[in-house]
Amino acid sequence: MTNDSQIQPLIQIRDLFKLFGSKPNTVMPLVREGLSKDEILAKTGHTVGLKAINLDIKKGEIFVIMGLSGSGKSTLIRHFNRLIDPTEGQILVEGLDVMKLNTKQLEQFRRSKMAMVFQRFGLMPHRTVLENVGYGLSVQGVDKATRNAKAKQWLETVGLSGYEAQYPSQLSGGQQQRVGLARALCTDAEILLMDEAFSALDPLIRSEMQDQLIELQKQLHKTIIFITHDLDEALRIGDRIAILKDGELVQVGEPVDILLNPADDYVEAFVKDVNRPRALTVETVMKPPAFRLTADTIGEALKQMKRIPANYAYYVTDEGFQGVVCQEALENAVKADEQALMEDFEVEPLTPISQDAPLESIIPATMGADYPLPVIDADGDLQGELSRAHLADVLSDFYSDDADSTDNTDNTDLQKSNLTNKDK
Amino acid sequence: MADFSWLSKFPKMDRSTLLEIRKYLDGAFRDFSREYGDAIESFFDPLLDFLIWFEKLLVQSPWWAVLLCITALVYFASRSWKLSLGVVISFLLIGYFGMWQDTMRTLSIITVCTLLAITLGVPIGILMSRSNRTQALVTPILDVMQTMPAFVYLIPVVMLLGIGKVPGVIAVVIYAIPPVIRLTNLGIRLVDKEVLEAATAYGANRMQRLMGVQLPLASPTIMAGINQTIMMALGMVVIASMIGVKGLGQPVLKSITNQYFTLGLFNGLAIVALAIIFDRTSQAYAKRSQKHIQGGQHD
Repeated sequence: MTNDSQIQPLIQIRDLFKLFGSKPNTVMPLVREGLSKDEILAKTGHTVGLKAINLDIKKGEIFVIMGLSGSGKSTLIRHFNRLIDPTEGQILVEGLDVMKLNTKQLEQFRRSKMAMVFQRFGLMPHRTVLENVGYGLSVQGVDKATRNAKAKQWLETVGLSGYEAQYPSQLSGGQQQRVGLARALCTDAEILLMDEAFSALDPLIRSEMQDQLIELQKQLHKTIIFITHDLDEALRIGDRIAILKDGELVQVGEPVDILLNPADDYVEAFVKDVNRPRALTVETVMKPPAFRLTADTIGEALKQMKRIPANYAYYVTDEGFQGVVCQEALENAVKADEQALMEDFEVEPLTPISQDAPLESIIPATMGADYPLPVIDADGDLQGELSRAHLADVLSDFYSDDADSTDNTDNTDLQKSNLTNKDK
Repeated sequence: MADFSWLSKFPKMDRSTLLEIRKYLDGAFRDFSREYGDAIESFFDPLLDFLIWFEKLLVQSPWWAVLLCITALVYFASRSWKLSLGVVISFLLIGYFGMWQDTMRTLSIITVCTLLAITLGVPIGILMSRSNRTQALVTPILDVMQTMPAFVYLIPVVMLLGIGKVPGVIAVVIYAIPPVIRLTNLGIRLVDKEVLEAATAYGANRMQRLMGVQLPLASPTIMAGINQTIMMALGMVVIASMIGVKGLGQPVLKSITNQYFTLGLFNGLAIVALAIIFDRTSQAYAKRSQKHIQGGQHD
């Protein structure tokens, strides 16, 4: 991660301003003076779309820009490929100043560098699915055989083989957006702009599409700029999230930062409705593993065990986490043979949980376990532990936060927090 | 006491001034037509040649060959046996009732007028859709073209070009072109913004956007405009016959002046038959070229 951040960002946005109105340039000084959006609207009839946006987007990350409607997020994403021209500011892609391109160069830039997915799909109703997917290539002048072959391949990737000859109107919303996604991927552009791509889909299809996007990203390593108004979605797919309010950036950070350290009241209000057990991973709340046994023999192990305040410990070897051992069992075993090897000792098996799992998925296992559950990383090494009491604490914190921070919390939320408090 | 008669009677320009103005304008136009009439006439010569050639082609070819060609055209445009059969029957009846030649003449002039209206109207509609200023400029002109009685603009046209085919074509085109212009403009303006944006985002240039997105998506509306244009052109046939355009209009005109009811009815019915054939064929063609609209709509 540290290496990544030292590389020059792929896309840089510098001091971007966008005013809507008849004479935006004459109004810019007022904006610079720091007049508010409402004051400028009242005085000049101009709307401030975007104000002093600075962004660095790294190669290969999913960068989510989120905000409510009217926050300027759709305006912002249209600046990346200059579907909208800024009033002032710089847009650099790989060091290239996009604002300096003439019409021809801009067309070339759009063809090769960026592909876009639209909220209402933006498919061409008079072209078949196959022709739609190959549209980017046809604009580039690629011959029909090549683009059809490629389009077919991408259709297969998004799971729509067999639909080539259909027209978009014959597909469901989810299928249409898959076509939109395939069309974007078909040009091999490095940057993917997704403007509320999943917002028009129903929740089940939406989460399916999110999964598919994450899967695809694992193989393709594109740079994805994703617009959404749904924080759950942002947290789920974003490597980093920028929160936009009234055309200004409020906070930019990783999902955990946004959740745990909201920059201001606005972000906090946003964050409070998030299903945190779903959004947070085990890693963010686990505690360091307190007790681990590494001894070779049972005798050694018992000695280690006696030094710790608890009557259980995790047994760890070079191969990672093996199981849990309790003091009583060890004492019994020592009576039989002090020199017996730990390898042969029957440790209690305990299914460890992954540090990347969302909290939600491990609640039943953690609540039902006798011991705090060990948390392992992808290699199987012990990274921490999560106890029933700690998890209950964390969860009840989420809900009591809600109850404290808002006056209009609805009854169900209150009931929930009461319940969890009682459990404690 | 002051004269208050202007309260009860509209204060109008006195007769001599009005006469002066009319004289002046008439004179100016007469001078203009004397000066440039020949030049303008020779400008339209190619059109006249084409009109004569096309009319000869239709009139002088054997009737069965023409009928075969028309039926084939209708079939390939509509892919409908029913419509093709209807065409054969109506043309056989028309021929049997002795209106073959007049019908061919009308068919030729209407075809040329329609083609002319489309080749002029669609580009004008496209330009109109590009800028609001052009739209604001062209719309009132179209209003005038549609509402001004045809006889009024027949006068200057005849003064300039005399009577004959070309002034007839001009009069018909002036009357019939507004729908195709209006509906081209409207159709392009109604194209889904997001689809157009998608084309732009993938780097399509102006021409690619126009040919690949705007015109295809506007084509149902444009086709409706073309359809209207054809219908209005056919409606002008009788008026055009007053300035010497031969065809089905002339017998109708004759039957008005001489009160030949049956003659008028037969020729009128022949015009109606042509109109219905044009209409059904162009609509069936439009529908067929919009494959994506028909068929299983997903809900």
